[in-house]
Amino acid sequence: MSAAVAPHIELAGIGKRYGGIQALGGIDLAIAPGTVHALVGENGAGKSTLGKIVGGVIRPDDGEMRVLGEPVRHHAPRDALRHGITVIAQEIALVPDRSIIENVFLGLEPRRAGFVSSRALRRRFAELAERASFELPPDAVVGTLPLAEQQRVEILRGLARDAKLIVFDEPTAALSPPEARALFASIGRLREAGTTIVYVSHFLEEVLALADAVTILKDGRLVRTADAAAETVETLITSMLGRALKTTFPAKVRSAPDAPVVLEIEGLGRGTVVQDASLHVRAGEIVALAGLVGAGRSELARLIFGADRADRGVVRIDGDAFRARRPGDALRRGIAMLPESRKEQALVMDRSVLENVTLAHLGGMCVAGGFVASSREWSRGTAMLERVGVRPQLPKAPVSALSGGNQQKVALGKWLIETPRLLIVDEPTRGVDVGAKRAIYDLIVALAQQGMAVLLISSEVEEALGLAHRVLVMRGGRIVAELDGETTPEAVMSHAFGAVGTEPHTTTTLRMTTGEQPSHAAEETT
Amino acid sequence: MSTETVDPQATDVAADPSKASRFGLRSRVLRDYGIVLILIVLFVVLAVANDAFLTTTNLLNILDQWAPLGIIAMGMTFVLISGGFDLSAGAIYALAGVIAAKSANELGVVPGILLGCLVGVAAGGLNGLLITAAKINAFVATLATSIIVGGITLAITNGNIVFVHARGFPTLARGELIGIRYPVLMLAAAIVLAALVLHKTAFGRYVYAAGGNPEAARLSGIRVGWVQTATYMAVGFGAGLAGTIIAARLSTATPDAGGYPLLFDVFSAVIIGGTSIAGGYGAIWRTVLGVLLLALIGNGFNLMNVDTVYQRIIFGAIILFAVWVDQMARRRSTR
Repeated sequence: MSAAVAPHIELAGIGKRYGGIQALGGIDLAIAPGTVHALVGENGAGKSTLGKIVGGVIRPDDGEMRVLGEPVRHHAPRDALRHGITVIAQEIALVPDRSIIENVFLGLEPRRAGFVSSRALRRRFAELAERASFELPPDAVVGTLPLAEQQRVEILRGLARDAKLIVFDEPTAALSPPEARALFASIGRLREAGTTIVYVSHFLEEVLALADAVTILKDGRLVRTADAAAETVETLITSMLGRALKTTFPAKVRSAPDAPVVLEIEGLGRGTVVQDASLHVRAGEIVALAGLVGAGRSELARLIFGADRADRGVVRIDGDAFRARRPGDALRRGIAMLPESRKEQALVMDRSVLENVTLAHLGGMCVAGGFVASSREWSRGTAMLERVGVRPQLPKAPVSALSGGNQQKVALGKWLIETPRLLIVDEPTRGVDVGAKRAIYDLIVALAQQGMAVLLISSEVEEALGLAHRVLVMRGGRIVAELDGETTPEAVMSHAFGAVGTEPHTTTTLRMTTGEQPSHAAEETT
Repeated sequence: MSTETVDPQATDVAADPSKASRFGLRSRVLRDYGIVLILIVLFVVLAVANDAFLTTTNLLNILDQWAPLGIIAMGMTFVLISGGFDLSAGAIYALAGVIAAKSANELGVVPGILLGCLVGVAAGGLNGLLITAAKINAFVATLATSIIVGGITLAITNGNIVFVHARGFPTLARGELIGIRYPVLMLAAAIVLAALVLHKTAFGRYVYAAGGNPEAARLSGIRVGWVQTATYMAVGFGAGLAGTIIAARLSTATPDAGGYPLLFDVFSAVIIGGTSIAGGYGAIWRTVLGVLLLALIGNGFNLMNVDTVYQRIIFGAIILFAVWVDQMARRRSTR
């Protein structure tokens, strides 16, 4: 980066408060044109807020912003767009029932006497797709596309509006590794074409591979801005945390090989989503289900838990055949499941922390007439918050006011109020900061040691290997391999991607290194 | 509710600022207590402006007059918080009045009252099953049942008014205990019962969870469909009882009573109180204040001899104002 180039966007003294909380303060930042500039930090550090300020989604309380030297004040994303800035957010903001081309040009349609000129539209679409090197069918309905392609539609939409600066906010959070790589490639092409990229992510390897410059945030303050080439995952983590991480995973404790089998399934299936799945988990054992997004892992877990109905196969709990018609059946049988998405499936965001943590077991805290015994609820709920390490505890605060890590602890604690026999955890650390991750790992390992059977689903191979005694790899709805917990990430991923030749596109992407996984689990160097 | 308080100083740095700041102090006060303020101001203005207002007789009359609507509004609060919607309450009210009047005449007073309420519960249960089991959109399902129920009412009565000649039936509406009419006492009982169930029982929690995040509720082992069906039965019961009370008060049941105008007043009360039609947010005290506000406005107009036509216009404007205040409180905090 050369200091001589005038910055594309310059922030001076930017600050943002939320109800007395200083979310960001005193941010000075200059982003050079045509570079990829990453913002990193723990959850709650303010990286996403800063990204949204740059993109005009959030208005700062203090400080000023200059775009190409000119002071700007964005009141809405539309103002930012006028200055050539657009945001690609985690949540896709497209019209799902309309076609790609309609979405891309929404509000910009070239008109002839009030009628949309579709020929001109198609010509411009082709130009844009060429510029971004995307191949997208212009007439496909957006809602039917996978997330990765919807993201491309958003990028095209930004380009159609002449965006010169694109803010990506955690764009890979819901993408599979090949999809993420495709996104990186297009970001690279955008940069070559002179577009400036602001990249918000907590996947540090990803950031280092992509970015020219990195800005580290901690507790709403800027720690430093540096050349990405001068940083490593370790230096980033050290600055984000203010301390060095010693270990990422708790030590594995061998489970007894003759411990009783808690969960056994045989030939379980539902449509083509899950086919002929058989596995067993013993008491005290942690078994991981690895595989790509869409391989059928969460779907299999949902069959066991009764969230969806299996159309064939058998589930046995403690040796007895068991069929969950609905989650309540599974709960009563001692099965608990932390679902994949805490916002959509686990928490009632407007309600209090206490109400959320006790929701699944309120029946046991009631007196006659279904009245909640508030003292019992309070004592059991707060004891659980203490046990899972939600800090500060704030049982009466709405759960939406907590950080991602604390929310996840609440979502997990909810299932431990009555100790389950089998705990299914689906992506237990997704969107969680490094410190909270370790706390969740410790908790899972401790639960297994107490004799709980644990079925772990994780898209982070390191996480699966770091915790599990055995790893089952799923692909295309089937369990394709059973590996020991001491196996390598490469072995897991080669099974996850499938044998050479079965799926042509995977053979070329089999350059498996851990660094390519969008994961921010720290690699150990001390 | 105490569970909604949050100390901003101690709050964790929010993962999603726009959500967390919805609980920003200033906007929260506006959102939560704006209606209290409006109600107090209106009360004082009416008391000062008109001598007839602040008398026990007038205040009790207001309550008596608005009790049926208030009872339906209690049930509607449950429906809205659980994420549902009911367009049929007005039609159920009319059918219940007719059924109650006819069966009081033919079977006796007590069967009349019970059947009036029961028909409401049954219609509510049907709504619930159509919506949760047959998965028909709540708006469409209850629109259809409101038409069907209205048709049944016409079929039963041939469009004629039903006169009640059962002795004792009017007592339901006209009887008094310690100087207070039965409908007012029933409203009070409905408020207490609704508040206890919604705010103190596990079922009440499930209602909030079902409306706030149905998938999370389901995965927590809650039978969301049953919870929602129960809320439709509750509003059905409220409409049934209200229709029965009105039949008793007037000693007649008219097949075209209630209907959508009544229904919209019920919605107005609940929404002005601040309960969200999006589900997951609201409270009984809010609906109580909403009913009181509508009642005071109506009474004030009557005392000042304002034409009913203008009353409707101002009613509508007040609803818009209330919702606008709510929206402003939310929007201000997302910046």
